[in-house]
Amino acid sequence: MNLRPILSSLTRHKLTVLLLVLQVALTCGIVCNVAFMIADRVSQMGQPSGVAEDQLATINSIDVDPHVNPLTRHADDMAALRGIAGVSSVVAVDALPFNGNDWTSSLNVQPDSDGGQAIASVFYGTPGELQTLGLRLVAGRDFLPDEYLPVDSAHGGAGLGTVSSVIVTRALADKLFPDGHALGRSIYPYARPARIVGIVDRLLRPGPHASGTAGDSALFPLLPDSPDVTYVMRTTAQDRDRVAKAAAATLSRLDGNRIVRNAQTFLQMRDEYFHRDRTMVGMLLTAAAALAFVTAVAIAGLAHFWVQQRRRNIGVRRALGATRSDILRYFQTENFLIVSGGIGLGMLLAYALNLLLMQHYELPRLPLYYLPLGALLLWALGQLAVLGPALRAAAVPPVVATRSV
Amino acid sequence: MFGYYIDMALRSLKRSPILTALMVLAIGLGIGASMTMLTVLNVMTRDPLPGRSAHIYRPHLNPLPLDYHYKPGTVGGPTTALTWPDAKALLDAHRGVRQAAMARGYLTARSDHPGAAAKSVAGSFTTHDFFPMFGVPFVAGHGWSGQDDDDAAPMVVVTRKLAERLFGTASAVGRTAHLGKHDFQVVGVVEDWHPQPLFYAIIGTSFDDGDQFFLPLSTAMSLHLDHNWNNGWGKDDSPTSPTVSWLSFWVELDNPAQVAAYRRFLVDYSAQQKELGRYERPASEARLYGLTQWLHREGLVPNDVMLQTWLALGFLFVCLVNIVALLLAKFLRKGGEISVRRALGARRRDVFRQLGVESALIGLAGGVLGIGLAELGLWAVRQRPNDYAHLARMNGVMLIATVVLAIVVSLLAGLLPAWRACRIAPALQLKAL
Repeated sequence: MNLRPILSSLTRHKLTVLLLVLQVALTCGIVCNVAFMIADRVSQMGQPSGVAEDQLATINSIDVDPHVNPLTRHADDMAALRGIAGVSSVVAVDALPFNGNDWTSSLNVQPDSDGGQAIASVFYGTPGELQTLGLRLVAGRDFLPDEYLPVDSAHGGAGLGTVSSVIVTRALADKLFPDGHALGRSIYPYARPARIVGIVDRLLRPGPHASGTAGDSALFPLLPDSPDVTYVMRTTAQDRDRVAKAAAATLSRLDGNRIVRNAQTFLQMRDEYFHRDRTMVGMLLTAAAALAFVTAVAIAGLAHFWVQQRRRNIGVRRALGATRSDILRYFQTENFLIVSGGIGLGMLLAYALNLLLMQHYELPRLPLYYLPLGALLLWALGQLAVLGPALRAAAVPPVVATRSV
Repeated sequence: MFGYYIDMALRSLKRSPILTALMVLAIGLGIGASMTMLTVLNVMTRDPLPGRSAHIYRPHLNPLPLDYHYKPGTVGGPTTALTWPDAKALLDAHRGVRQAAMARGYLTARSDHPGAAAKSVAGSFTTHDFFPMFGVPFVAGHGWSGQDDDDAAPMVVVTRKLAERLFGTASAVGRTAHLGKHDFQVVGVVEDWHPQPLFYAIIGTSFDDGDQFFLPLSTAMSLHLDHNWNNGWGKDDSPTSPTVSWLSFWVELDNPAQVAAYRRFLVDYSAQQKELGRYERPASEARLYGLTQWLHREGLVPNDVMLQTWLALGFLFVCLVNIVALLLAKFLRKGGEISVRRALGARRRDVFRQLGVESALIGLAGGVLGIGLAELGLWAVRQRPNDYAHLARMNGVMLIATVVLAIVVSLLAGLLPAWRACRIAPALQLKAL
């Protein structure tokens, strides 16, 4: 098709065309980045936590009786919880992925703090934590019964300074010992060394952290000894809701002098944790859709207008022998040219916006394949928007040429 | 003349109803989205202490060792709060009109009523100037004195809500409250007071339900009550350690001279600490922030809200470009009509005004649509579980701002098209008719 008549007609509406190009460019730039943000959030929300998510129920208990020894209390509670039908094992823990109970500590590979170090989330619980949570041990062993010590919560978790063994996630192991031989080496939470006796496949941290550090967790053989404790029950997918409810009743019956909270399945907790991200994704989707809609409206509106304006010209062309499909293709090509101009500018804009977002909101770099995807989307949108007006133009009968407007 | 313009504009808009509807829709969507997010932003950045905030300041000291891996401007870093020795020194120096140190914590509130469930409630451990400095309104009784601070007196000030939970009545002064493992004498009852955002909290919990009790800091320390935030960098993790920060600190300064003097005092204090070998960083790192300045520094507005606001403004801009293009096409098409008016004696200025009225009418309609959409958007925001969401409501000012913004936007959008349309040479157009 000969582009010359299209181009020369476009240069007669320079300003309008320029505005349309600008609008397509802005839409392209924003939509590419929004799509990337959506993908980024969705991938964060879909991350497996490393635990047997569909088989866990949890409950939080705060004992308010000051005279009870927390260690005994936890043992009694766990014994009672084990009695619930469908529960295969129970542990008392502090942190869980997504429960927000995030004790962050720096772990050094040398006794003094100058060596290489990593910041990790500390997990601890009663014996059997690995098995109950369903963590996959990829190297080494679980803790031995005689390695467990109380965490000493009365003194800010001083137990962390006295443990002799630790199990880390693969992500943390690779960070601490990039040479790949973490098993058997020692790390220093404080002045004393803790030997890495095992490595688990993955365990997400309890709270949000910068990308690339979400799996930096370390498990210590420390027993919870504060009145505020979380029990985790391993059960089956069918039983988990019932078990969570039964746990609240069981604990209250055992001793009513406590606050029982968050009796829920692990999946409910996960759901709540990502609630904000879900609304953000919904909001981003709405924004992208609204933006695409407004741009489509502008394209359709202007095309509609131009068709009306050029009715006589179209009639003349038809009278001179142009077919309906010639007219249709004319408007489609015109739209393609305008949108292409917008896309060219829009890609630069998308890149610039991404740089800004990286700087201010710690977003990763926009993968390049988003640009052609955005281009395809806008081309499709443009063609869709112009179709109606172009069909109307094609329907202009040649006889219009003989009438005065 | 103005009525005539409106009449002309209405006729012109009616002549191309689809285009008009598209323009109104575009401006309505753009305005609706941006006003939704601006309202949320407005809620989150509003003044927590109207009338007082201009006199409330936050000292900032940096006792971190030089080799501490520290990224300046980190939110929630160790220097967000003060260590006990620093807070004590600032309290004892009495350089402000009033000053108070505080930390927040949770205690279990058990009612005297049989059968009432125990509940974990938030409160602050603070010093006596807290109440007069922040203007906390008392229902009954009063705060505690400086002497009580020194004596670590087992006293408590509770909110009306907590008094009713504990005693079934707000007249609780003189009674004994069981909080956590201890008993406290109630010396005052305050209104349910919680500034939004809760500026004196350290971070993270700034939009929660606020505090329900207030205890002397010294009492809390002697009873080893847990506070909910601390950040240490040394081997000593105890609350009195010079390497653990956990205290929020505020001073009242009533005039610029006092502010300047306090700033100087902070620098001198840092220099003195450096001389003593405790501080390693230059004394010039000591700062004094105003309340609103501090809130911005602490990034109280979540990134998500900022992103959404930028997105909404970007969207409004796209809508603006959109309307400019549509108006341009529309006005230029009216070349014939404009030329006739010009030939009949209308000045460029008159034509320009007439086109301006047409743009403003579109803006008005778009603004009304925008209010509807913004109310819908805010309703959606309120359905979220976020701590600030329930506050997202439009007030009268925002409603008027919406319509004004819509009209201003559409007038701006009409400027370029109207200018172009005015410059059409009447003679050429008339020949073509």
